[in-house]
Amino acid sequence: MSDAAPIFRLLDVEKVYQIDRGGWSRLGRRPPRQLAALDGIRLTVRAGDSVALVGESGSGKSTLLRVLLGLTESSDGRALYRGDDIETLTDDKRRSFQRDVAMIYQDARASLNPRLKALDLIGEPIRQHALCRESELRDRVAALLARVGMPADTADRYPGQLSGGQVRRVAIARALASEPKVIVADEAVSGLDVSTQAQLLNLLRGLQHEMGLTLMFITHDLAVASYLCRRIAVMYLGRIVETGPTKEVLRHPLHPYTRALLNASPRFFEPIAETLPGEIPSPIDLPPGCRFAGRCPRAAQDCRTHEPPLATTHTKREVACLHPLID
Amino acid sequence: MAIRDLSGADRGVRLRAPTLLRFLARQLDARPFFVIATVISLAFLFAAIFAPWVAPYAPNFQDPDALMAPPSAAHWCGTDSFGQDLLSRVIFGTRYVFLIGFSSVVIGAAGGLAIGLAAGLTHGAVEWGLMRFVDAILALPSLIMAIAFISILGPGIDKVIYAVGFAMIGPFARTVRADVLQVRAQAFVEAAGLMGVDRLRIIWRHILPNVVFPLAVQATIRIAEAILVSSALSFLGLGVVPPAPDWGLMISEGRAFISIVPWISGVPGAALALLLISLSIVGDGVREQFDPKLRANR
Amino acid sequence: MMTQQSARQTNVLPLTRHRDPLLSFADISLARNGHSVLDRVSFDLGRGETLGLVGESGAGKSTIALVAMGLLRSPAVTLEGRMQFAEHGNLLAEPEAGWATLRGRRIAMIFQDPASALNPCFTVGRQLGDPLRRLLGFDQAATRRRSIELLESAGLNDAEARLAAFPHELSGGMQQRVMIAIALACNPELLLADEPTSALDVTIQAQIMQLILSQVRARNASCIFVLHDLALASQVCDRIVVLYAGQVVESGPAESVLRRSLHPYTNALKSCVIELDTETLTPPEGGLPAIGAMPAGCRFAPRCSRATALCASQTPPLRALEGRDIACWHPG
Repeated sequence: MSDAAPIFRLLDVEKVYQIDRGGWSRLGRRPPRQLAALDGIRLTVRAGDSVALVGESGSGKSTLLRVLLGLTESSDGRALYRGDDIETLTDDKRRSFQRDVAMIYQDARASLNPRLKALDLIGEPIRQHALCRESELRDRVAALLARVGMPADTADRYPGQLSGGQVRRVAIARALASEPKVIVADEAVSGLDVSTQAQLLNLLRGLQHEMGLTLMFITHDLAVASYLCRRIAVMYLGRIVETGPTKEVLRHPLHPYTRALLNASPRFFEPIAETLPGEIPSPIDLPPGCRFAGRCPRAAQDCRTHEPPLATTHTKREVACLHPLID
Repeated sequence: MAIRDLSGADRGVRLRAPTLLRFLARQLDARPFFVIATVISLAFLFAAIFAPWVAPYAPNFQDPDALMAPPSAAHWCGTDSFGQDLLSRVIFGTRYVFLIGFSSVVIGAAGGLAIGLAAGLTHGAVEWGLMRFVDAILALPSLIMAIAFISILGPGIDKVIYAVGFAMIGPFARTVRADVLQVRAQAFVEAAGLMGVDRLRIIWRHILPNVVFPLAVQATIRIAEAILVSSALSFLGLGVVPPAPDWGLMISEGRAFISIVPWISGVPGAALALLLISLSIVGDGVREQFDPKLRANR
Repeated sequence: MMTQQSARQTNVLPLTRHRDPLLSFADISLARNGHSVLDRVSFDLGRGETLGLVGESGAGKSTIALVAMGLLRSPAVTLEGRMQFAEHGNLLAEPEAGWATLRGRRIAMIFQDPASALNPCFTVGRQLGDPLRRLLGFDQAATRRRSIELLESAGLNDAEARLAAFPHELSGGMQQRVMIAIALACNPELLLADEPTSALDVTIQAQIMQLILSQVRARNASCIFVLHDLALASQVCDRIVVLYAGQVVESGPAESVLRRSLHPYTNALKSCVIELDTETLTPPEGGLPAIGAMPAGCRFAPRCSRATALCASQTPPLRALEGRDIACWHPG
């Protein structure tokens, strides 16, 4: 799989938001305040691959997704789609990008125009890319609905008439409508009942296998990541702290943060695990050193002065930690 | 969750125009004032459309035997100083009322939609210019604004429509722009952009429908205001020209005799009050039904 | 018709009841605008116990919490049955004045979304001090002292400074800690926690759950959790009540209900739980029946692999079986 052509490549992508332009305080001139949403992100997604981006809120995973989709410009570094800068695609390539890359939003209901029927919602990318004649549209939409496990008469329903799980299915059907090669999903199964979540996970896994889709999946749930994705990238405060094959990373985490995330997810009949102290700090004006040092049980003196780069270990795993969990 | 689903967003979709009558019957129990007001408003509308058949006399027929006659079997609402039947004049007057009310609101809403949409979709100088123009309209009450226009355009029913309509552009433009800004930030607009849908199509299919609907609701509320302003213009002698049976004009004509024959002003005045109150209740009811913010609180 | 018949049956059969429960729901039914939302819900909660209400959304979990808080008392809602709390025989018949002495004082609630449960216009100190002054009659100085104590026990450092903070100045986790401090202000005997961590990140979720448990245990209070995560429920609850479409389908000690489940629905729920080593998920098809279109017999029958003709026609009564209450014709 590692020989397949890269679909996305992120080369040291940074995204910095200017909070203010600085000013004067009693202590003198205050430098401008900055929020580093993404810092030195390096990630390659190859054709047929499935990558999970995992992290808590504020870790920058949504910003990363927006950069990937060309919705947000990166402040530095390059974001490439099949070798071309996403921000400056030519018209031809942009059209194929729009067709080949489909997005599933976290809030599926908000991502569907409430005044259009499912037929027009799912039909929109089909019409946009002129994939079939208008007379065949209804059949095509019905086929897509069947694919996501919905009856054909859903086509005449408005999103407001559908339940939360059904709306997600319609959103997935729309994502599939343009016959994409890549699906990008932002928390596509969160906030649902366990039964609906399980149904959707099975649906996504089936689609991924049948259609050979490349999947980029944002989630905060490690179990979901391991169910759907071969590879995982754990993010903390705008950086990727650990990445590698999902099974290996979750079986033997190298970064203390990955370990903490693992411990925190609930397991049947086990006592609640010893938890990480504190909360994810504000990404404004970060102190020097490792970003996780403040909450890390293994933090040493050098963690507070040196920022660890994402480096490859001798076991061919990538981790950004000065004192990884290798015993 | 179940609670939210029951009163959820799907209602607005199911209750589209064709089911209006059934909807009214169901609502008689729940909201009697709304239903009564709707019936009264529809009665006025009926009177306006079928005035020649409903009214007992022609609006300008003068009965020399009954000058300023009190209500009687021949003249149910009495007559005015020319011996014209007040009931007939009020009935024919509804035509002016609705013509001016609807037309000016259409002008105001169309102008407001165009300006609000443009201001909501642009940035920088264009947006700034448009919004200052809207502020200028909003700075004056609509009646003062309309008087200013009439003094430029001259009297006449068409001029009244233009004047009142123009004065209403301001408030309509404000709300449209606010709605556009809100809809534009929605995920489905971004999603359409990601799918490669071009800008004009996004505006046409995704932004416009979500803006026009609340606009239509607002228009029903503003009809009452337009009627009031136009009647005030006629009352001041700036609007519709005599001998047209305009309510504002009729109230003004009866003013001199108010202490001795109160019905000359009283009958059109009561008709105006009744219609305005009814229209306001109808407008509020419609808004309550379709405004998601109010609906959530119910 | 059917429903009334089986209601009578239910009362005849023995249930696994608690000897001295703090809270006892007995055949509580609730209808909103003529639609049944809860149907003969019965369970007991002992002193110092934690109980988890689990099931899909729409099953009536949150409604039960609202009933226990006495917050569903409107003309549109009809309530039947008996809710016994401590020395009160039936709180459902209690007038609002009686509830006022219980709510916030002896029964308190933590909501799902602290950001909307806290009033954005008032400081933390004001919102925390309010129950202390109003319900316990504390004076200014005592209120302040107690507020700081409460915030500290809720795990907020720098408590004194936090009193002056507005809710939006705190993170979601800290807001939930404030909510917990407010709920525990009057040392309630019963705490209701409606999905207290579903709006929070996983590492914060563990912290908050631990906090609630330790505070509840320290006070020997009882706690009802509304949860959708079965694994989490198994970690924090002594007893589990599994709800389906407004009915209790299985309830009892967490060990028996979750480890040796007998109801097909409990098993179905368990099969949906995704864990790190999950290879395949086998969720039940479909979803809850619509409120207005409940199946005649067992409400789970249309989705149940074990359903027979009996299930489709007769409502199974809630009865005691192997240390739990269960409503199923074919348990096992």
